Parts: sequence; structure tokens; C-alpha cells
Amino acid sequence: MKEIKTVGMYETFDRSGKHTRATHYCAGCGHGIVHKLVTEAMVELGLQDRTVMVNPIGCGVFGYYYWDCGNIGAAHGRAAAVGSAVNRVRPDAVVISYQGDGDLAAIGMNHTFQSANRGEHMAVIFINNAIYGMTGGQMAPTTLVGMKTKTSPFGRDPLTMGYPIHVCETLNQLRAPVYITRVSVADTRRIMQAKAAIRKALEIQRDGKGYAFVEVISPCPTNLGLSPVKAAKFCIEQMEQEFPLGTLRDNTAEATPRAAPAPKPTPQEYFESGETALPPATVDPGFKELRLKFTGFGGQGILSLGICVAEAARMERRFTSWYPSYGPEQRGGSAQCSVVISGTPIGCPAVDHPDVLVCMNRPSYERYIGDVVPGGLAIVDSTVPLEVKPPEGVRVVQMSAIDLAIELGVPKAANTMMLAALMELGATGLKPEHLQSALDASFKKKPELVEKNRALLKEAVNWLKEHVGNPR
Amino acid sequence: MTTKFIKGNEAVIIGALYAGCDAYFGYPITPASEIAHAAAKWFPSCGREFLQAECETASINMVYGAASAGALAMTATSGPGFSLMQEGLSYMAGAGLPAVVVTVMRAGPGLGNVYPEQADYNQAVKGGGHGSYQCLCLAPANAQEMCDLTIEAFRLSVKHRTPAVVLADGLIGQMMETLTLPEKMCERPDTTSWSVQGTAKTRPNLITSIYLDAPTQEKFNIDLQRKYATYTEDVRSESYLTDDAEIVLIGYGISSRIARTAAEQLRKEGIRAGVFRPITLNPFPTATLAAVLDGRKALAVELSAGQFRDDALMHLARDAKQYHDIPLCHRMGGVVVTVDEVVAAAKKVMGR
Repeated sequence: MKEIKTVGMYETFDRSGKHTRATHYCAGCGHGIVHKLVTEAMVELGLQDRTVMVNPIGCGVFGYYYWDCGNIGAAHGRAAAVGSAVNRVRPDAVVISYQGDGDLAAIGMNHTFQSANRGEHMAVIFINNAIYGMTGGQMAPTTLVGMKTKTSPFGRDPLTMGYPIHVCETLNQLRAPVYITRVSVADTRRIMQAKAAIRKALEIQRDGKGYAFVEVISPCPTNLGLSPVKAAKFCIEQMEQEFPLGTLRDNTAEATPRAAPAPKPTPQEYFESGETALPPATVDPGFKELRLKFTGFGGQGILSLGICVAEAARMERRFTSWYPSYGPEQRGGSAQCSVVISGTPIGCPAVDHPDVLVCMNRPSYERYIGDVVPGGLAIVDSTVPLEVKPPEGVRVVQMSAIDLAIELGVPKAANTMMLAALMELGATGLKPEHLQSALDASFKKKPELVEKNRALLKEAVNWLKEHVGNPR
Repeated sequence: MTTKFIKGNEAVIIGALYAGCDAYFGYPITPASEIAHAAAKWFPSCGREFLQAECETASINMVYGAASAGALAMTATSGPGFSLMQEGLSYMAGAGLPAVVVTVMRAGPGLGNVYPEQADYNQAVKGGGHGSYQCLCLAPANAQEMCDLTIEAFRLSVKHRTPAVVLADGLIGQMMETLTLPEKMCERPDTTSWSVQGTAKTRPNLITSIYLDAPTQEKFNIDLQRKYATYTEDVRSESYLTDDAEIVLIGYGISSRIARTAAEQLRKEGIRAGVFRPITLNPFPTATLAAVLDGRKALAVELSAGQFRDDALMHLARDAKQYHDIPLCHRMGGVVVTVDEVVAAAKKVMGR
């Protein structure tokens, strides 16, 4: 007898013992047929080297014992997520996700739906046999109404167990898929149609056109408790009633192949060109660490005021940290941030006992004023009544940040007013020109506001000179 | 030398890009979202892949897929999302896949809140999914390390063919500090011998974690444990003022920084305190810690119920035959332990 060389499948299927061509599938199971159809399409289209098969959990878990192509085993239901990523990092790969009904339409339904919606470049082969195979005959999302399984022993009752899920019809609501079809392997004529469909799904991958979905109605004699012939008959006579065969969508002709990506800079080119960066901090153990806290309502520019001071400290080569309130706090209610300026690497970035406290509302004044260290300074908006007495040795200066900003026509610039107070009172020990530059830099994205804020800063300094007098 | 003043979360992505990470898959969650924001902007700008997944389960399985295809891939999340990712981490450990997961811890259990905690220690360090596996685990304490340890996580994960976790917390992720950009790009690892790339050369390769035969599965587990035993060569830690210390504060991440300020304060008050901080939590720097402690008084500082302290004790007792107990100074629920609290606890330990 002449030996026929296998192409696309391994010479022997070691899953069922050494040197055998028997599969691990039961007699009359549709998986073996579909395996062969996928193999034929892969080989006929010359895609064997390019193919990455994503194997599911279910009876198809052992696909890699058969398919002579790159193989990946995915966790239960995750093949669509795994396949999405493979093609994104290997755009030349032909990705096939081979999944059963429990894997694809129960645990993995969201991944199926979302990957179809993204139009992932992937051919999905969906084996629908209306039952769980590997785990031993439990109800599947595609189990027919009234059908008895291990977990629907009295028959699937749609009132409590829902109806069979129509995956093709569901995916057909989405815009991105290129090809959606339902075929069957229950008889020879149907197998020939299934082969054409699978081939088309692979052609779409070969041509880089997008997402292709082939549902295959497939008999499972063992778990249906039927002979192979009767299981095939069940597919034709009952499953096709629920899941009619046919192509729901074929946009192959219109779909355009994906364009090659444009060249992009390397991270070094991207991050290290353009603006001149500040030098790193230098160690200066003699420098007395300064701890500042900025507090107020969200929207008052508290966080950006803190960044401005931190940036100015960086210009003086100090170690600097900025730690904000975040999450829901940031989106309403109180806002605060801590800034530490140091001559050595910073330990705790949260400021519990500030040397300088900036308060732009009453609640934050009342909450934090008691924490200021003796000899410290609190700059408090003049709208805040100072009913709570500051600790001994703490200087409190009231700055008309909110009202002055309104008066000057820029209510959002109350934080710039506060910066002026920090500058004029020498509260940060930082050079005024550095605070000025940091303020300019904070409007990098809105350069038209730079001049305006410089003018506002000047106005605020004048106000302070008039109302507060000499810096400390 | 280029510097940037950025959030710890953003520094992660700079590290990832310099490490050669090809793809980021992620799902938004506070306080880790800035990592996804930075990736969404900077990955495509440098010709890398960014995809917002439908959930954390998808994110981690996408990372699994990209890693299977021989690419360097990552994701980032926080507690609730990290819990969902345990399935994928177990599969990656089982399939021998390198990848990096950054988790920025928030308060739990359950929904908890978004403020800093360190309570996901065991999940990150011990292997939070099913099976006898563990992930490499690195614990950054500042923005520079969010970058540098992400690079190191990729290096170690490729070296050992296993996922690496960068274990940060909300405070380290949210705060801004100066980052000095890495000096050079990392070399691209060759994954052709094992990955599945859709090429003739990689056609025979298979990525899976199934061994149906129990003795074969057992052998795989024995080999895994052998591999974990080799991690000790990559151990990293930092000691601060420990040489003459009469008490050593131990903690990782943000807790170590609070301990650092507390140690400085204690010294002003006449107590010679030092700080020991593991930079790698797996491998745990047991030998260095044992040498630093050397029978001295110790105090563990953490933002959790004692998971870190207990692990340190386990390592010390099992491998260094030291210590039955170490007192704990901790807060939970998103309350950050203060310098004052650490100082007071250390004084109590010293009987002053």
C-alpha cells in the first residue's frame, strides 16, 4: 500500500497513544470533521506556517495533538481575548480561535462579543452541539428548549433557564464583523458547505480583512445519548429549527485590508527630544526640609498650585514630592495636596505637620490649622473667618485670593493669588523667578494665559504690599 | 540626563517602553488608571500596541496571548481587578510565560475604597491563583523605582519565564516625583525557541499548561519549585541607618518611606533607629534581613493586618532561625500610618 504523507496534521495523534491515527473524539462526533476541514483550508491556502491556533477548554482542548501549526491553549472561555492579542502583536499571523458552545457562548460570551465588536483579525470556529461535552453532558447556552441534560434533568425550561442563545444573530448586530455564517457537518452536502465557509474565513485572515465567524452545528452522540446516525439526524431536524443554516453577513468584497502602521519614534526619541529638562536633585544635607500642605475645595486649583511650588523647587535642584488627594475626593468636595522640599531623598511624602499651610476654604482651615508646627505659617483666604485659634507661634496671614481673582475678572486664578502670597511672604524659600517660571510652565498647554497670569501675579503682589506689609 | 516630574503611575509606562514592552492591555480602575492613561498615549506614540480590554479577565488573557506570541506584554490594575487576574497569572505560571502586572493597592476587602493599603501582599507574593506557583514580586517606593522596577520586572520575568508583579500602592502611584529617564533601551529578548509567532520557525511550538498524566504534572511542579529556589540570586533590598541601629523598622513601599522619616525623628530623640526595606518581596531578602536584624529589636510597619510582618517572620524563622515575633505598627482601610504613630510604637518597643 502506498504511504500517503500527511500535510497540515501530525503524522500520528499521540493523544490516544503512540503511533495511532485515531482521534480522542467519540464515534460520530463532529469535531474530527471540522478539524479536517480547518486543516484542508489552512493547507490549500498555504497558511500552515502563518497559522496560530488558539485551542479552547472543552473537547477541543487537544487540538494541538492534530494541527501541525503554532498552537496556544487558552483558559476556559478566554480564547477570543488570547487570539485578539496574538494578532495585535503578530499582524502577519493567521489567528484561528476554535471554541465550543460552553467556552464561547457561556463563560466566554463577553470576550466573543467584544472581540467581534473590535473587529479583531481572527477566524472564530464555533462548534455548537447544544451540550457540554468534556464535562459530561451538562446544559449549554445553546441547549434546545425542553432538552434533557445532566443539569436540566427535567428538560430546559426557558422560564428559569432562558432560551438557546443565537450567537450568529447576536454578533450580526455589530458593525465590525466581516463574515458571519452558520453551517453544519451533519451530512456530506452540509460538510461541503462548511468547508467553503471555513475556507472563506481563513481567506479573510490571509488578506488581513478582519473578523470572521463560522458557527458549525455538530453532532455529539455520546452526550446526547444517541447513535451517530441519530445524533446527525438531531442536528438536521431539531437544531436547524432553532439555528437555521445560512450566511448572515458577507462583506468580504467591500472589506479593505489593514494598512501597514506608519513608522514611529523610539521611546528615547519621543521622551528625550524637544524641551530642555531640569537636572536631577543634588544632595544637600544642610538644607532644612520644608513641608507644605495646600487645602481647599476641588476646582480651586489647589493641586496645580502645589505642582507649581514643586516645579520651582526642582529648578533649585531640591528633592521634591507632591502627593494629592485623589479618587472621588478629587471630583468634588475637599481637595488637598502635600509638597515636601528637601536636601536629601524624601521619606514620608504625606505632610501631617506642615511648616506652611495654605487654606482656601473654611473647613480645611478648621481641620488643619492645629497641625501647623510652631514657627510655621498659614496663608488663609480672607473669606475664611478665623474663629478657630491657630497654635502658639503660628503666623496666620489672610490673603484675598478668591475675591481679588473675581475683582480682576479671572475667578479661576485664585490659586495664582495664593502663589503671589507664598512668593511675597518668602514662605517657600524659593526664588521668585523660579516660582514665576513654574507658573508660566503650568500654562504650557494654554500659552495665551501666560501673560495674563503674570499680570495677575503682579496685581496680587501689589495687593499684599498694600494690605499685609513686610514679608516675614 | 533627562528628568521628568511625573506620577509614579506614569513612570511605570516610561519604564515599560524602555524595557521594550510591545503591548499594554488594561481596564480602568482607581488608583491605577493613570498607568492606562499614560499607556494609551505613549504606547501608540512609540509604535507599540495599546488596547482597552472589556474587563480585567480579558486584560490578563490578552497579556497571556501576546506573551504566547513571544511579545513583551503588560497590564496594570488595583485590588478588585488583580483578583480577577489571578486566573491568568496561574495559567501564565503554568505555561511558562513572561509578562508584567503592576498592581497599585487600594483598601479592601470587597469594593473597599481607593486609598492606599498594602493588604494584597499574599495575593501578589504567594501566588493568588490556583496551583503551587508564585510570581516574582518587586515593591517600588518612589517614582524612579516605578520605572526602574518595571524594567527589572521584565528582565526577571523573561529570565525565569514566569510573570512578575510590581506591587505598588495608591500613594506611590498617585504622588509626583522627579524621574530620571533610563539611559538606554533594553535589548530585545529572543523568544523564538518557545513562542508561537505564526512563522515557520515557531510552528512546532506549543503554549499550554496541561499535563494529563499525574506524575508528569508532578514533575512539572517539582521543576517549578526548583526554578523558584534559584530566584535568590536576584534578591534586592535597601538598608538605611542600620549599622548602629538599636531598633530596625521593616517595611516595603510607602511604609518604608514613613519608617524612614520616623527613624530620622527617633534619632533626634536619642533612639538609634534604622530602616530595612525589601525591594524584592519574592525573592524575599531573608539573608540580608537576618544579618541586619541580628537579634536587634524590630518593628514592622505596614498598611495591612500583618501579612508582610508574618511573611518576614516565616522567612526569618524558617531560613535564619531568628525571631518568634515582631511587633506591628499598622493602619488599614486606606488610613495611612503616620510618622508620629511609628515613632510612638518604636519608643514602646524600646521601653521609653
